[in-house]
Amino acid sequence: MIRLLDSDQWEEIFDSLTRNKARTFLTAFGIFWGVFMLILLMGGGKGLETMLSSNFAGSASNSGFMISNQTTVAYHGFSKGRYWNIKLQDAASLKNNIPEIDIATPTVRYWGASAKYNNKSSRVGLIGEYTDYAVVDNPRIIKGRALNDVDVLQSRKVCVIGTKIMNELFPNGENPCGKFIDVNNIYYQIVGVSGKKGGINVGSSPESTVHLPYTTMQNLYNKGDNVDILCLTAKSNHKMSDVQYKVEQYLKRVHDISPDDTQALMKINTEAIYSMIDNLFTGISILVWMIGLGTLFSGAIGVSNIMIVTVKERTTEIGIRRAIGATPRNILSMILTESIVLTLLAGMSGIVLAVLILQVMEAALSDPTLEAHFQIDFNLAIGAASLLTLLGVAAGLAPALRAMNIKPVDAMREE
Amino acid sequence: MIHLRNINKTYNNGTPLHVLKGIDLDIKKGEFVAIMGASGSGKSTLLNILGILDNYDEGEYILADTLIKNLSETKAADYRNRLIGFIFQSFNLISFKDAVENVALPLFYQGVSRRKRNALALEYLDKVGLKDWAHHYPNELSGGQKQRVAIARALITQPKIILADEPTGALDSKTTIEVLDLLDELHRQGMTIIVVTHELDVGKRADRIINIIDGQVFTGKSEYQENGKTK
Repeated sequence: MIRLLDSDQWEEIFDSLTRNKARTFLTAFGIFWGVFMLILLMGGGKGLETMLSSNFAGSASNSGFMISNQTTVAYHGFSKGRYWNIKLQDAASLKNNIPEIDIATPTVRYWGASAKYNNKSSRVGLIGEYTDYAVVDNPRIIKGRALNDVDVLQSRKVCVIGTKIMNELFPNGENPCGKFIDVNNIYYQIVGVSGKKGGINVGSSPESTVHLPYTTMQNLYNKGDNVDILCLTAKSNHKMSDVQYKVEQYLKRVHDISPDDTQALMKINTEAIYSMIDNLFTGISILVWMIGLGTLFSGAIGVSNIMIVTVKERTTEIGIRRAIGATPRNILSMILTESIVLTLLAGMSGIVLAVLILQVMEAALSDPTLEAHFQIDFNLAIGAASLLTLLGVAAGLAPALRAMNIKPVDAMREE
Repeated sequence: MIHLRNINKTYNNGTPLHVLKGIDLDIKKGEFVAIMGASGSGKSTLLNILGILDNYDEGEYILADTLIKNLSETKAADYRNRLIGFIFQSFNLISFKDAVENVALPLFYQGVSRRKRNALALEYLDKVGLKDWAHHYPNELSGGQKQRVAIARALITQPKIILADEPTGALDSKTTIEVLDLLDELHRQGMTIIVVTHELDVGKRADRIINIIDGQVFTGKSEYQENGKTK
């Protein structure tokens, strides 16, 4: 009979655990540390993941980018090394020819411009875009408004700027909306500020990008119908890599490029990047589990070892108990409960401390534009606690069986 | 009370050692018996068998009308708890429990509630004259006091017999007398007591001395008895 609810049993356990405080503490520390590390690493991994994925938030996860490049294979009478461009009309005809495409939006780019306001300046990249570009790369407007269709239609000289530009040109925190900035000697009125940070971007980083209406930039920079980067998103349940393959076939056919030319058309695909990041996190979490469980396991072995030593030391005591009427089962349950209590106490304090630290990290590292969730969820904590109980039983089993086999005569022999 | 018939016991540690060679023994209720013998004579083995701490190979052991043979560990523990009170040479108190807790421990294994068994333990400590020492730990007690605590522990389950293994072996002459007086007192109250000893002073107090020589009960007069009578 295992009398778990008997207060005497608890007192017995308390007695024997407190009798050798240093040893109990060191044993408990093994378990404590294992659980602490496991929970902390899991929380940390999760926090890292949410932080990184909040970086990517705003980039469509199934978008692709097509960039024309010099040809490397002679084809259809053209020599190799020819310069060519994706054309504006390609974007429209692609959508008609490939039904899996959701959006095909052309952009024009300019890298290494300088934006000035009063006597301050900032290095910027320019992008001329249609309004549907927002689907590919959400600007996350934090001040003013996004570019709209009328801006594009009327080729207005308006712009949306990134946060780094705002901070460099308007360091005193004044509202940049309505102000005119000088970008390469042309003035644009700021209509909004994009709050997007980091993430997947082709071209300049979003913090130092000036967004212009497509037509404005097309005219001012003499782009004609040349497209710098064609941006695509696939309809749901179509893979971007498949869509991009079709787009590639189409463009190569239209522009007389050899199907064997692998260099003439550059393809960038967020799906691949996302799956790479996914794999990275899977790898990290496998590592976390391995380290955490490994530490926990060695902690359990530590408990088991100490319990075996304890049982050896207590041979006389156990013998006395047996002589005056303790059944083998009494002894088994005594040692097992001791082990479980030790593991649970240590493990619980590990969980509590790790949760506290994660809470502090979450509070310290989260800000309105960057969310980070470090805290582990409740079910995981429950799971950890049940795992601990199991570990306690497993760790206590060998020493308990050994204790059970102590004969009462051993008490008298041991002198 | 105790009825032993042709008890044989052999230890098989490498070379077989035939320790008990057909012990026949009867001890009546209320008797005070001393088992004496040189070391290696088998008296400790006999005590272990009497105390259900060890099994025997052949024969028959009946304790309080119960046949004690091939018992399971659990059953043996139960009989030890209810029928036998042990007193050891080295006291065998549990060091991290105070006197009351030590005395009450056998009742813990009977499932008696804490309040009840502590009250009873205090009563028995009073009987051995240690009421004031109830909450002292064994290392705060003298040898005689420790042995008296052990006696209280042996008595608390109201056993049929008291088995004492060299109860005065670790005591000085003064406390030896105290402890023996206590055993005498128990004897007068009608308790069956079996003492294993090689001390003559202890043997002299018994109603009867059983000499074990070479694993057999020696029926003739031993030197102990000779000396005991002449002195």
